[in-house]
Amino acid sequence: MDFNYSNEQLALQETLQRFIGRDYGFERRREFARSPLGFSAEAWARYADLGLLSLPFPEEFGGLGGNAVDIMLVMEQVGRGLLLEPYLSTIVMCGGLIRDAASEPLKRSVLPRIGAGELKLALACYEAAGRYELSRVACTAVHGAEGWRISGRKTVVLDASSADYFLVSARTGGDSADGHGISLFLVGREAAGATTFAYPTQSGGRAADLRLDDVAVDASALIGAPGEGLAVVERAVDRGIAALCAEAVGIIVALNEATLNYLKTRKQFGAPIGKFQALQHRMADMFIAAEQARSMAVIAAVYADSDDAAERRRGVSGAKAYIGQAARFVGQQAVQMHGAMGVVDDLIVSHYFKRLTMIDLSLGDADFHLARFSDMLA
Amino acid sequence: MDLKYTPEEEAFRAEVRAFFEAELPADIRSRMRLGKRIRKDDLVRWQRILHGHGWGAVMWPTRFGGTGWNVIQQHIFEEERADIGAPPQNAFSLKMLAPVLMTFANSAQAEYFLPRIIAGEDWWCQGYSEPGSGSDLASLRTSAVRHGDHYLVNGQKTWNTWGQYADWIFCLVRTGTEGRPQQGISFLLIDMKSPGITLKPITMLDGEHEINEIWFDNVRVPAQNLVGDENKGWTYAKFLLTHERTNNAGIGSCKRALKNLKQIAAAQVSHGRPLIEDSRFRDRIAQVELELMALEITNLRVLSATASESRALGPEVSMLKIKGSEIQQTLAELQMLALGPDALPYLREALEMDWVADPWFAEHYRPYAPPLSGQYFNLRKTTIYAGSTEIQKNIISQMILGL
Repeated sequence: MDFNYSNEQLALQETLQRFIGRDYGFERRREFARSPLGFSAEAWARYADLGLLSLPFPEEFGGLGGNAVDIMLVMEQVGRGLLLEPYLSTIVMCGGLIRDAASEPLKRSVLPRIGAGELKLALACYEAAGRYELSRVACTAVHGAEGWRISGRKTVVLDASSADYFLVSARTGGDSADGHGISLFLVGREAAGATTFAYPTQSGGRAADLRLDDVAVDASALIGAPGEGLAVVERAVDRGIAALCAEAVGIIVALNEATLNYLKTRKQFGAPIGKFQALQHRMADMFIAAEQARSMAVIAAVYADSDDAAERRRGVSGAKAYIGQAARFVGQQAVQMHGAMGVVDDLIVSHYFKRLTMIDLSLGDADFHLARFSDMLA
Repeated sequence: MDLKYTPEEEAFRAEVRAFFEAELPADIRSRMRLGKRIRKDDLVRWQRILHGHGWGAVMWPTRFGGTGWNVIQQHIFEEERADIGAPPQNAFSLKMLAPVLMTFANSAQAEYFLPRIIAGEDWWCQGYSEPGSGSDLASLRTSAVRHGDHYLVNGQKTWNTWGQYADWIFCLVRTGTEGRPQQGISFLLIDMKSPGITLKPITMLDGEHEINEIWFDNVRVPAQNLVGDENKGWTYAKFLLTHERTNNAGIGSCKRALKNLKQIAAAQVSHGRPLIEDSRFRDRIAQVELELMALEITNLRVLSATASESRALGPEVSMLKIKGSEIQQTLAELQMLALGPDALPYLREALEMDWVADPWFAEHYRPYAPPLSGQYFNLRKTTIYAGSTEIQKNIISQMILGL
């Protein structure tokens, strides 16, 4: 076992920390969140320069050949800086999916452009009746002479507003809850019949519901084998889950730092409030929660790269469930110990808290993943 | 021992219900039910309707124009109020300031202010916390210096709720620096239109404007607006806080929220079935229902004992506040969790009544969804305001347990 980052990884971490400190302070982040785009196009270009956008892609497609641990390291900083850019959607989930499952020509045309910051993608894999289930797909794709025609609705598609393409799961066989018969398609945002209803999210990013009315795509839009898309999208989402776990750890650590600092500086009854044992013990619990959460994020990252679906699912679902609970505890207590300062918009604390809450509700909440994990108890 | 309501109490409940059904304006009811933004006008209108029926102040004695109801009647009224979706009345005026005026003010003050409160003419807000004085309220520094027939007030208050609507503010101010910090505090009534008052909104984490900072810059306050004795304000403040905390139990609102939670959990789908059938989620609902069942009876036991012994409320209200605030938070959290991914959209404009979603979006995105995440965020305040949970536990440890 080796729990250390390599020198390259440490250098990347430091670069990101410097970037956040200099170019992505809390006030600037608020401006980005309020802008029509909802994030910083400049930052996105900067990530491309730093190689972050090609990090997980193979070298033959212009990538750096990074693994899930590299992504973990990036996502932890995404958490700390509350970065709004669609890294999770475009790079981790959609980029990863294309890398894993797309044809050579598609990879060759798409991955380098993603890496250069020219293309953004969003994963449209959830539907209203499905909640967090990827297999519950009512959206249909019908095969015809010139390709496929897709119809249906996708809900809360993260980062849909800025995406050039959607990766859409649609049914080409089976009934609406069937694990088989799901296929994946690349759909351009300008495709005739594609409509979005866009909105900001509770944590400052952007998302949209997507409506597809008889959208025509050609045969090359199909990714992977027809009817075999569920395993592919599950794998992409598992990577997304591992990334969210790392993002949550970044936030938990930052919240603990902020709270500890507040305990040392806020004075009431003639002493720093950190002198009160009730708060000391809670802070100690938060410290432990952060360490435990980090361990689970490592587990998620390592298993996210596994080809064994069961092993992967156990690792990432276990981590998402555990970190969801840890994040809830740390988030709520960080707010509580900041007192009224914890519930105002002007301090970063409430923004961290909201992001942690929304991370739990993204890609399956703690209950959903606890169920998946306990279903697999040996 | 009998936990059943008497026939008289049931008849009383029916009377309250019938009145609400007939008199609660439909627009206010809709806004409350759907979690839309509530305006000052809604609350003032409703206060005037209640007052017109003689129910303007259900917790006041009859000699001040109140109903003189016992604690069970008040409880029934509050339960029905929340259930039907009538707005809460202004607690700062009716439940916090009013008992202080009745107990400690001179007759001129009581005779002037109390009728205006019950009639919905004056809106009161509270000036307690300061940037350096939260949990340690007695360290407050806003000063009031006597100059002949008036005080000159200087300082800053914060976490002031709904001050943007207020005609008056009741303030704790420092009039003395001798002895313990609690000894130099006075209770002052200040007209919000006074020159020298500046109010600055604070945006809360849900994006809403509910609280403010207030600055006092040489504000002249007539000396006749001092309540009780100079430097005795801490006694009145503690008395008021005790009333505030009773109010914080919020049983009626919690029962309504529990009902909402069950409806939402029945409407949301998980694994192809109603979420409420998912045992993992269902048990969470059951758990909070148990807490609420217990608190309802604890609340009534405490209030009944206090009433029958004709004594003031004591430190036991701390337990009502702790439990009530935790239950409110849990109910809000579960409502948000029930939404699943639909908790993510932040649709600020959806908190207005005239918001219309795109029809195809509205097919799955339910009308109950828009306020729920914000409500969860917002209600984190309940374990912080009116004496944080930590302070309440100190009170229980010291004043009840003698530790």
